[in-house]
Amino acid sequence: MITKTFAAKTLGAAAISMMMSVSAHAACAFQNTVPVKSLTAAFEAWKAVTSAMAECGNVQAELDQTFRTKQPAAFAANPALYQIGGVSNGTLVPLLNAGSIRPLDDLVAKYGKNLTPNQLIKIDGKTVAVAMMVNAQHFMYREDLFKELGIDAPKTYDDVLAAAAKIKASGKVAFPLGATMKSGFDISIDFINLFFGYGGVPTKPDNTPSINTEAGVKTLEMMKKLSAFMDPEFLVSDSTFVQKQFQQGKIAMANLWASRAGALDDPKESQFVGKIAMASAPAAVAGGKPATMLWWDGMVFAKNISDAEADAAFRVAMEGIDEEMVKANNNAAVWLVKGFVPGRLAQGAIASANAGAPNYPSTTQMGIIQAAIGEKAADFMTGKTTATETLAAIEATYLTKAKEAGLVK
Amino acid sequence: MKARTFAMFVAPSVVLMLIFIALPLVSVFVQSFYSTQQVFEQVQVESCTPGFISQTCTTELRSRQVLDAAGKPVTQTSFVGLASYHELLKPDVVAKAFSSAGGGLAAVMNIDFYKALRFTLSFTLITLPLVIGLGLLIAIAVNNVTRAVRGPLIFVSLLPFIVTPVIGALSIRWLFIGDGILTAALKWITGTNISMFAQGWTIEVLMITYRVWHVAPFAFVVFYAALQTVDQDTLESAIVDGASRFERLRHIVIPHLMPLIVFIALIHLMDSYRVFEEVIGFSSEAHRISLQWLTFSFLTPDETGNRSITRASASSMLTMVGIVLLLIPLLMRTWRDNRVSR
Repeated sequence: MITKTFAAKTLGAAAISMMMSVSAHAACAFQNTVPVKSLTAAFEAWKAVTSAMAECGNVQAELDQTFRTKQPAAFAANPALYQIGGVSNGTLVPLLNAGSIRPLDDLVAKYGKNLTPNQLIKIDGKTVAVAMMVNAQHFMYREDLFKELGIDAPKTYDDVLAAAAKIKASGKVAFPLGATMKSGFDISIDFINLFFGYGGVPTKPDNTPSINTEAGVKTLEMMKKLSAFMDPEFLVSDSTFVQKQFQQGKIAMANLWASRAGALDDPKESQFVGKIAMASAPAAVAGGKPATMLWWDGMVFAKNISDAEADAAFRVAMEGIDEEMVKANNNAAVWLVKGFVPGRLAQGAIASANAGAPNYPSTTQMGIIQAAIGEKAADFMTGKTTATETLAAIEATYLTKAKEAGLVK
Repeated sequence: MKARTFAMFVAPSVVLMLIFIALPLVSVFVQSFYSTQQVFEQVQVESCTPGFISQTCTTELRSRQVLDAAGKPVTQTSFVGLASYHELLKPDVVAKAFSSAGGGLAAVMNIDFYKALRFTLSFTLITLPLVIGLGLLIAIAVNNVTRAVRGPLIFVSLLPFIVTPVIGALSIRWLFIGDGILTAALKWITGTNISMFAQGWTIEVLMITYRVWHVAPFAFVVFYAALQTVDQDTLESAIVDGASRFERLRHIVIPHLMPLIVFIALIHLMDSYRVFEEVIGFSSEAHRISLQWLTFSFLTPDETGNRSITRASASSMLTMVGIVLLLIPLLMRTWRDNRVSR
């Protein structure tokens, strides 16, 4: 669900929807004759992949930031409305639960010779999705400013607070810190990053919540401390908001999605090209793992389509994530595809991964807990509820939702 | 009109209302008592996800959706009675809040339903007099300017009404959010840093202002039309009798407009009680939510693809009860008036 953090969420209901239909092109290895439709998010990497797919002909790509709400129903239909779906760890869950995507092992064997084993998302031994890139929220900071003030890149969140205090005192930027704390998805991811960082485990084996713990209190308290250094409108601040704050020099540092790094170096948009450095996400506790999670983005294929369609869709998808595409769009994402040369912009995600940042679990419990946090965490940030009250409210919301889902009896 | 002719005229709309209003209402009512759940099983499975450079595989206990032979999820529907209403209204929490150790009204306002109800009601009741007052003011002002400029003036006054609500709300939001043009201007004038979206009440003021700006032209156009039918003879004799401009307004114009004021009030209550566009447009979810938005959020699939149909149904039933209660005084008045005039 990196996607939702991206641009158009600010547009609310008004989705950015782009339809592309490009005629066959020499760059594709085969001439596709079966009509194939895809529904994916609309960020830079998907634009690159779907354009490459379109070169095969008969491909209609729909790039939509609200794909998340459309996808489960569109894939459950028979025949499915799309053959190819773009998903991440989070958005895979509803499709898995509905049983609306097909196992890919035979297709991988037939057409996936260019895939690396790392790209295959397996659940219960079956390949259910093909990953193309990883994403993570990691630390980005204004290197020039940090050098000028003699601050080192923070290793822990306490370092972040210290650095923020120094930057605030210097008066160089409007607000030292930026954060994706928009209520809903964004704030829940911030919470979960820190919560895991403090060693929390959100649910017990019997699927009941364990958010109202010491780790939970520490997480909320840290979020409040951090928010003191932010633009007071942080509860409407999504990834695009933070990206713009960076591009316009309003903030000096933030934990932001790796998929946004490219935009910070885009001279058309950014006033600080080359000045924003990428580093591992800070740890919550000294010596701990980075307080962030690894996400992947990739493709799934609908179950309710004919085998011929699935064949065509898979072949087209393989053309979309081939080496040629990656070479042309090296900096658009941290690709998992062969031929990717990690550049300066990929360093933050790689450093976080190497330092042991955990994978975001593709589980139903995680999805529900995340939704519950997104609904309730804002009340703490606005001061309406205390930390323990907020955590109790999150647990209550989780239980209601989990009971409705049938996860908890 | 003959009974038969009358029946033939109203039959199509009665049928359509039955199909599109009555039946869905019954269905929503029934759905609010039933809950459909998926069936999960706990299984030990190995899952692999990409790491950077190499893959991570873990074997863990996973709650997996049970699928039937056709690959469709198995679900079970059960009668839950008033459970979802209970879940929304949380009477136990309310009772606790008002007991000696409770947090009082503030604690109740942390419950989504009451939070939404509070905002919806104040939004409705504050915008109502403002819309009627402003509409009347513009109508009287336009009625008093020279005929030559009336046309263009009416056109300009109507413009806010033709803006699509969500788009209008978004435009206002962009003027104020972050360093939007107007916040920047206010900052420049006052010299202090202004953040309109950092606290609830400023967003609420923006939302109310926006709604009044958007709907007042409707009230204006209705009142303006009615002003053309005010009895000129009565007005002139009032002038001869020495009535001031305000007295003429108070005793002649307003009584003449009264049925229309009730009409506008009715329409406005119904419209603003289902306030929704503003919540989306101003993305005020963290600070202010409305009853319609609450239902909408229950219906939106969450991260696991689940919709809370039961709670959504219960919340729309409660919303409907609310609007009926709100409209009763006005409906009774209209009914009385109609009976008298017959």
